[in-house]
Amino acid sequence: MLDTATLTSRTDEILAAHSGREGALLPILHDIQAEFGYVPQESLPQIARALNISRAEVHGVVSFYHDFREAPAGRHVVKLCRAEACQAMGADSLSAHARAKLGVDWHETTPDGAVTLEPVFCLGLCACGPAAMIDGKLTARLDNAKLDTILGDLA
Amino acid sequence: MKIYLPLDSVAVALGADDVAQAILAYASKMGVQIELIRNGSRGMVWLEPLVEVETSTGRMGFGPCNVADVPALFGDLSQHPKAVGLIDALPWMAGQTRLTFARCGVIDPLNFSDYTEHGGFAGLARALDMASGDIVAEVTASGLRGRGGAGFPTGIKWKTVADAKAAQKYIVCNADEGDSATFADRMLMEGDPLTLIEGMVIAGLATGATKGFVYIRSEYPIAIDVMEKAVVLARAKGVLGASVMGRGPAFDIEIRVGAGAYVCGEETSLLNSLEGKRGVVRAKPPLPALQGFMGQPTVVNNVISLASIPVIMAKGAAHYAAIGLGRSRGTIPLQIAGNVKYGGLYEVGFGLTLGQIVDDIAGGTATGRPVKAVQVGGPLGAYFPRALFDTPFGYEEFAGKEGLIGHAGLTIFDDSADMLAQARFAMEFCAIESCGKCTPCRIGAVRGVETVDRIAKGDAAAIPLLTDLCATMKSGSLCALGGFTPYPVLSALNHFPADFARVKEAAE
Repeated sequence: MLDTATLTSRTDEILAAHSGREGALLPILHDIQAEFGYVPQESLPQIARALNISRAEVHGVVSFYHDFREAPAGRHVVKLCRAEACQAMGADSLSAHARAKLGVDWHETTPDGAVTLEPVFCLGLCACGPAAMIDGKLTARLDNAKLDTILGDLA
Repeated sequence: MKIYLPLDSVAVALGADDVAQAILAYASKMGVQIELIRNGSRGMVWLEPLVEVETSTGRMGFGPCNVADVPALFGDLSQHPKAVGLIDALPWMAGQTRLTFARCGVIDPLNFSDYTEHGGFAGLARALDMASGDIVAEVTASGLRGRGGAGFPTGIKWKTVADAKAAQKYIVCNADEGDSATFADRMLMEGDPLTLIEGMVIAGLATGATKGFVYIRSEYPIAIDVMEKAVVLARAKGVLGASVMGRGPAFDIEIRVGAGAYVCGEETSLLNSLEGKRGVVRAKPPLPALQGFMGQPTVVNNVISLASIPVIMAKGAAHYAAIGLGRSRGTIPLQIAGNVKYGGLYEVGFGLTLGQIVDDIAGGTATGRPVKAVQVGGPLGAYFPRALFDTPFGYEEFAGKEGLIGHAGLTIFDDSADMLAQARFAMEFCAIESCGKCTPCRIGAVRGVETVDRIAKGDAAAIPLLTDLCATMKSGSLCALGGFTPYPVLSALNHFPADFARVKEAAE
């Protein structure tokens, strides 16, 4: 658990770094998530005060965008591309395999907290699909075996 | 010994970083002096990671290279098992008209003198000597239309912003390239970022804007990194700052990162996102050109539109306008993707037929099976059957066949594709990504999935319902997400009716 003092002081530092920036909420939320791994509810009033908007408005933005998490993810985040170009190369069966192998559905985390599985709609790797982003790292031309090897290395 | 290896996302996703380490390690072990340059991609995805070695006759290519192929790079190059010959002589490269992508894959993306030695800033230098109205006129004369998909004449948009009176105007580059099968923006930003910066600066000179934003999707970490470094470099060299090149007005650029919302590729929703709001679509009018970012006059252009400006200014509008077909002037970076033998980016004048692109340039499918359908223009584009392969690549030509060219991405499917499943996915995707502002999109997409499911269960009475729903979405949605989702759905239905003729399950 995050302790409140750390959360408040780090959030203050992030807010200060973006002070005066036009339309700063997204950059702020990206930094908050990079710092804490998610956007803690407790940080919302503080962000709202700094930007002179309501807490509901901040919540509205956090909940609109797929990237922002309201709870921590697993230790590893596996994003599999579900878009058409990857579908043409078997992304649907690859993702079915991944879900069965991990025993989770989209947006879920394995019970041991190791892996969160997310869909992503296009990584711009459309001529070498199926593609994925694993802990921020890109990989392509996946098949079941290659994905199994990658998943096997995630603990 | 000069060796090139792309830092492009495709190359990296296929192991380029490991190859780079192996090259450095082997060179040091052998005591060979090398210079390893991480360039952009040439766009030949099937050859990535593509290593290039500079020789007296030109740059020799080796690909796809893995770590095991590294030692042979230091031996007799002609005997290398992955040798593909001189890059510029390859049919894929020789057949192109590279204007916007002329430097991509050739230069070190973050080397300022490399950029200028390859023609960089020639367009900006000319623009600095011109009156702003003349720059706008030049862009209008080039016939350049918005490469993001809408195809709106860039010069007319610029003129609207130039004529608007305001204390602050903005140039916003839409780099939220979310359409599947499109990667031209990414490749350009990773391989030649200064071209985009140069184009934005010229847009600033032409319209009186002094601040620019590049809104890049978060799914593009390498493009974000390269663009951020390029902006720092351009500031240090005086291209950006209080006075452009030391003799122009002020212009600066800020890189902003999206947060995984497809709809933010729509210009008004992108502006809301930039302002720190939910990425909800705005009703037009007012046009962003008059009331855009923070209510101020704003040019919102796609990466490729802006990156085409420097070459138009350098070579002149007439040179650009001489290429193309009908009202589609200049070149278009085709992005050939999906189940494809030779996939990648191919910049060429408008006018090739879909068949020439799919069969001759791309060589058909990767699986070797027959091509069943090609989706042109991303998730909101129509599926084209072979019967329409004679359609020439141009804005009006594709519109005339109930399709669109969009951002010029093409996804090839082989005969194993189930077009009913593709139609269902189009609706599902729209439901997931809808911003929720207008009802036809928000509710229609959900009902669309349900209706396709009814058809899948053999309920033929649901087919006219689907057609009707598509008509409502097409004419009633605020933006292209709800408005264009009917394109893939109806094209799948109309061109592949057999896939929708399902037999009722026995249980019913």
